[in-house]
Amino acid sequence: MTGTATPLNGALLAARGVVMQFGGMRAVDGMSLNLGRGEILGLIGPNGAGKTTMFNLIAGSLRPTAGQIFAAGEDVTREAPDRRIARGIGRTFQIPRPFAEMTVLENVLSGAQSQAGENILANFISPGKVAREERAAVDKARGLLDFLTLSHLAGEPARVLSGGQRKLLELARVLMADPKIILLDEPAAGVNPALLEFIIARIRDLNARGTTILLIEHNMDMVTRLCGRIIVMAQGRLLREGKPDDVARDPAVIEAYLGVAA
Amino acid sequence: MIELLSYGAFFLTVALTYAIICLGLNVQWGQTGLFNVGVAGFVGIGAYASALLTTPDDPVRFGGFGLPIIVGWLGAMASAGLLSLLVGLLTIRLRADYLAIATFGVAVVVQLCALNLEPLTGGPFGIGFIPRPFGWLAEDRMTFSLLNLSIVVVTTLGVYLALERLLRSPWGRVLRAIREDEQAALALGKNAFAFRLQAFVIGGAIMGLAGAVQAHFIGFIAPENYVPMLTFQVWAMLIVGGSGNNRGAVLGAVLVWAVWAASAALISAVVPPEAQARAAALQIVMIGVAICVMLLVRPRGILGEVRTVSRHVNEVSGKK
Repeated sequence: MTGTATPLNGALLAARGVVMQFGGMRAVDGMSLNLGRGEILGLIGPNGAGKTTMFNLIAGSLRPTAGQIFAAGEDVTREAPDRRIARGIGRTFQIPRPFAEMTVLENVLSGAQSQAGENILANFISPGKVAREERAAVDKARGLLDFLTLSHLAGEPARVLSGGQRKLLELARVLMADPKIILLDEPAAGVNPALLEFIIARIRDLNARGTTILLIEHNMDMVTRLCGRIIVMAQGRLLREGKPDDVARDPAVIEAYLGVAA
Repeated sequence: MIELLSYGAFFLTVALTYAIICLGLNVQWGQTGLFNVGVAGFVGIGAYASALLTTPDDPVRFGGFGLPIIVGWLGAMASAGLLSLLVGLLTIRLRADYLAIATFGVAVVVQLCALNLEPLTGGPFGIGFIPRPFGWLAEDRMTFSLLNLSIVVVTTLGVYLALERLLRSPWGRVLRAIREDEQAALALGKNAFAFRLQAFVIGGAIMGLAGAVQAHFIGFIAPENYVPMLTFQVWAMLIVGGSGNNRGAVLGAVLVWAVWAASAALISAVVPPEAQARAAALQIVMIGVAICVMLLVRPRGILGEVRTVSRHVNEVSGKK
């Protein structure tokens, strides 16, 4: 296991010796990683390697059996999932989870952070402030819908969206929170080639504006084009870490994906 | 003519007290997806709290304290809100179906307490002499019922407007987001537990207020008023009117109560006296059928949910 003892090195996000045990199975078995400011880090590995579990641990949806998670150097291992976004960590889900009966625009508005109007009393004591913030939020949400070409669907309930549009909506919703880091879980799965190019371009845009990205993806072409560095997981552990081209040629990685040659 | 007007005022007064309960349930179920099947318990707590606070001193039981009606109503909201808070703290993490069982249990406990805690509640005989607003005008029936109606209208309107403001705010949006997908709401930084608890307490306090308003309008309460049938009626009202829509909640309450009152009148007119008690069961059957038909034909209810929460969506660009 490489990297277990590496210091945080000012990493925006770091995992140290993380273990997740489900009954008799160790889905994640002593993983460590560093996510540096401004990078796009790819997390790949065969199905069942523990990538999504690792995501859920970083996002706080799961509490690790052992190990620690750091956000900007602070230990957030035991912090609830709803506290992560305040630390600048946003996520999307592998299978999109839109608020089906809410409009597309309202879905995006749900990503707004620390609105005074989320407080019951503020709605009666300072309605002016609530309204001002809400107008600004609506403007911003419309801008995000433009950015992700969903504007024409703003008033539709999210349940009418196609699979690809749902992926875009997930992205718009989390962007509303201005995360410093976005955890993207297979943003290109089941997406057509044209949309894939669009999503790649948008991830580049975001990164160029300073957003750090941790990307789980099976599409190697996409990973190679976007990521400066890749981490390969297999059976819950770190298998390799390096530049996309080197990793893709590594025999151990090929073996993990394809099995041992007879 | 006077009789008809007077009956109309009486009918609307009762219907609107149900509308208030229904508005409370709409916060919990319509907006937040909290499956409260113990509505009667929260209404009952409110009714008893207000009765204890406002009735004249009674030597055979605790209280009453003879306080002004408004104090009774505030006390009703506080006590039903407090009960909701306690129940909520224990059960709000439960999945919807388990929450339903837990709240049903709470309602049964409240009703049994009302029935058996005689020194506090008067037991099966209930509590009488609950002061009625404008009681000194009771001789003039017309003025009296119109004044009562106006109080209930103002109360309903107040609750409606306050809830509209809340539910069409970011707070209301969070409730819906949690209802639709709690995991996604958490990932967006919404503390689902806190918001669900707030919705549960506000809904419960409103039900308590409605219980108090009812009690003071009728002047007398007894444990048999707060049985599961009440819960069942209120659910029918919300489903018929349109879950997730405050206007739907009020409309549903008035419509279902109209059908209920009309069918009661029909039964007493058509069915021979000795069979009337049994025929009354038909009313309950009818409510059940109404729920089923509505769910099959128009599950969103007559008005249905307004999808856009924000009041500011249309003013910014004019495009919906």
